[in-house]
Amino acid sequence: MRTHLLNWSLLLSVVLVLSLTAVSGAQNTAYQENQWMEGAVSHIGKLTGHAKNAREDYRRYCVGCHGELGDGEGENAPWLDPKPRNFTLAQFKCRSTPTGTLPMDEDLFNTIARGLDTSVMPPWNTFTKQQRADLVAYVKHFSARWQTEKPGTPIQIPSAPEVTADRIKAGQEVFRKLECWKCHGVEGRADGPSADTLTDDQNRSIKPFNFHDGVRFKCGSTDQDIYKVFMTGLDGTPMPSFADNVKPDEAWDLVFYLRTLQPMHSKEKEIARQLGLKPIDPNAPPPAAAPQQ
Amino acid sequence: MTWPRRHFTGWLLLAFFLVGLFPKANALPAFARKYGLRCSACHEAWPMLNYFGQKFKDNGYQLMNDRDAPIWQNPSYWPVTFRITPYWHRESTDKVLVDSVTGNPNSAPVEHQVTSHGFDLTGLDFHTGGTLEKNISFYVLPSSDPTGSFHFETAMARLDNLFGSSWFNLKLGKFELDNLVSEKRILTLTPISGTYQTYHFLPPNDANIYGQIGDNQLGLEYMGHSYNDRTRVSAALLSTSDGNVNLASGTNSYTGFFTASQAFDAGKLGVQRVGFYAMLGEAPISFLTSGGVPIPGTGTSTKGFSREGFVGLFYLGKLDFLVVTQHGSDSAWFGQGYGNAIAPSNGTPSGTGLNCVPGTCTLPATARAPSWNGFLVETHYVYNPQIIFIQRSEWERVSQQADTGLPSNLGNTDMYTFGFRWYPIMTSRAGFAWHNEYSWLRTVGGSPVSGTDLTSSSLMSGFDFDF
Repeated sequence: MRTHLLNWSLLLSVVLVLSLTAVSGAQNTAYQENQWMEGAVSHIGKLTGHAKNAREDYRRYCVGCHGELGDGEGENAPWLDPKPRNFTLAQFKCRSTPTGTLPMDEDLFNTIARGLDTSVMPPWNTFTKQQRADLVAYVKHFSARWQTEKPGTPIQIPSAPEVTADRIKAGQEVFRKLECWKCHGVEGRADGPSADTLTDDQNRSIKPFNFHDGVRFKCGSTDQDIYKVFMTGLDGTPMPSFADNVKPDEAWDLVFYLRTLQPMHSKEKEIARQLGLKPIDPNAPPPAAAPQQ
Repeated sequence: MTWPRRHFTGWLLLAFFLVGLFPKANALPAFARKYGLRCSACHEAWPMLNYFGQKFKDNGYQLMNDRDAPIWQNPSYWPVTFRITPYWHRESTDKVLVDSVTGNPNSAPVEHQVTSHGFDLTGLDFHTGGTLEKNISFYVLPSSDPTGSFHFETAMARLDNLFGSSWFNLKLGKFELDNLVSEKRILTLTPISGTYQTYHFLPPNDANIYGQIGDNQLGLEYMGHSYNDRTRVSAALLSTSDGNVNLASGTNSYTGFFTASQAFDAGKLGVQRVGFYAMLGEAPISFLTSGGVPIPGTGTSTKGFSREGFVGLFYLGKLDFLVVTQHGSDSAWFGQGYGNAIAPSNGTPSGTGLNCVPGTCTLPATARAPSWNGFLVETHYVYNPQIIFIQRSEWERVSQQADTGLPSNLGNTDMYTFGFRWYPIMTSRAGFAWHNEYSWLRTVGGSPVSGTDLTSSSLMSGFDFDF
């Protein structure tokens, strides 16, 4: 009986010592993380997301790529191209806000549901809206920027004008003038002279978008989504914002022209076919300005 | 408290503590390797799918980004996963028919409890699946029994997103029926709990083996779903062969399987889903004979059977409930033992079913179409993606016996199982689970001599792994 008691006590002591060691080591880190997490919330419409509620979902679905620390260094990161987003920088490609600013919570909310084409990030539209809102808050808790900065003011997107042949031709001219072809190629096949030299902000090689490859763009498939990309840029990549160089009308023209490059049937493509629109010649002089009416 | 019990409690405590200390988990290897996602992304706890995994499957093993086509893979990528489970188990049945004098076949039969235990192996599964091209997917699963004898558990190709719509997908081959509560991804592994009783139950004397919705079947399946998989429908036309090749059991008999379900967003609780399924089929009971022996492939005089029920997947945070109901009904002919004169697995007269020779077989006046109701509820507590606690209770109740002379509760079955799985290293390269489970089964009036209840139990602990 005494021996049994001795064994039992020994076992409990081992458990106790190991517990205390583990608990004390993790205490500080856990406290700090909990503090950050407590404060991290997101607001999407009437939904409020709380980071602490997304801890398990992040661990289950996201951590393999984005990493425990949100630094984009998950176990799969070395094999992924493009690399997973580093949330600690709070720098996001798909925004409705001007370049250099933080995105709206809704931007992140939509990105999670839409996924990012041309990457391994799938559409996570199986989540409930609440789960997504919680995950947005969780993503935000990785960077102190969210505590010191406010998101930018979303850009205004004027309603789309009617698609016409003139607008498509004008869009092609914008494509030439802004030198989009240098990266995206004269036919939009991602084979421009600069295509092989592009790197992102972390000096990692990056490829331009091939308009002939798919029907979806990285940040959404609607005309408004494409418009937004010119005007906000894709932060962290060589794709700049043209908000200062392009008027809204010109941006719409460019949207219509880019539609003609995509593989699926569209009104724009049909007009381009009727026009017999040829790829641009980067060396050709710009067409003379049309006389004022 | 006795000494051994005290020891047990102590070691259990230590084990739980060590579980807590282990590094965090990192999934299904072939697909996980392709996409770089952890297995926890698609599996609530592998092999059981979560909602995202179900959507991935419904999309034809595609994430629906531009990386689905195999051209994106490293040429050395080989989409193969093997799975096997070495384990220790203890099996006990309380009333086994034995000779009262061992070695003397003429001695009176008596019932005896038989218990055995030891180390063992499951069969080996070789899963290979994925995409042949964007929107053309496949799955082939050569599977062995524990002795290494192989068969094709699954072999199918699927055309996905026809006409650019997620509502049009066609699958041809041998495949798992569109069961939301999947027996092929079951989390319980003992000989008792390794299949759903509800998916295979038959009343006493019933010889219809073709209505087993847990078995993979040969046929053609249409499946459609909304973009986010909230709404799902499917319809399959199957050969009535219980998934066996060579049309051994009968010609010209088909079965239909239909499902529909709808998921609902329940905020913090997660996504809830409710649906129904129905299987309607015919199987032959008459076979031509040669020398009195039934000839494979000559089955005629088909009789009908049906299985229908509701399915619910309910999530309450870390706790979830899978619920399946079934109402089954077979022709009175099956209830009299007709319908399985040819073993569909090998095309030989099985001896377990009667052959209805045209003009000579009749139904007794006491014969009725057997029917029954089944209900299962499986509960999971997902402590975290690495530890899951499981319980399942199943109740099968005969509502109408095949013969008026049989006791109304004869054959009723209760099954209970509980256990846990711990995944110490859940990565996107391999899966490993320490599986522990206890199961118990009772069949009313099932004992071979006394006609009393027959009970059996199973205890197992093993390493379930795949790579």
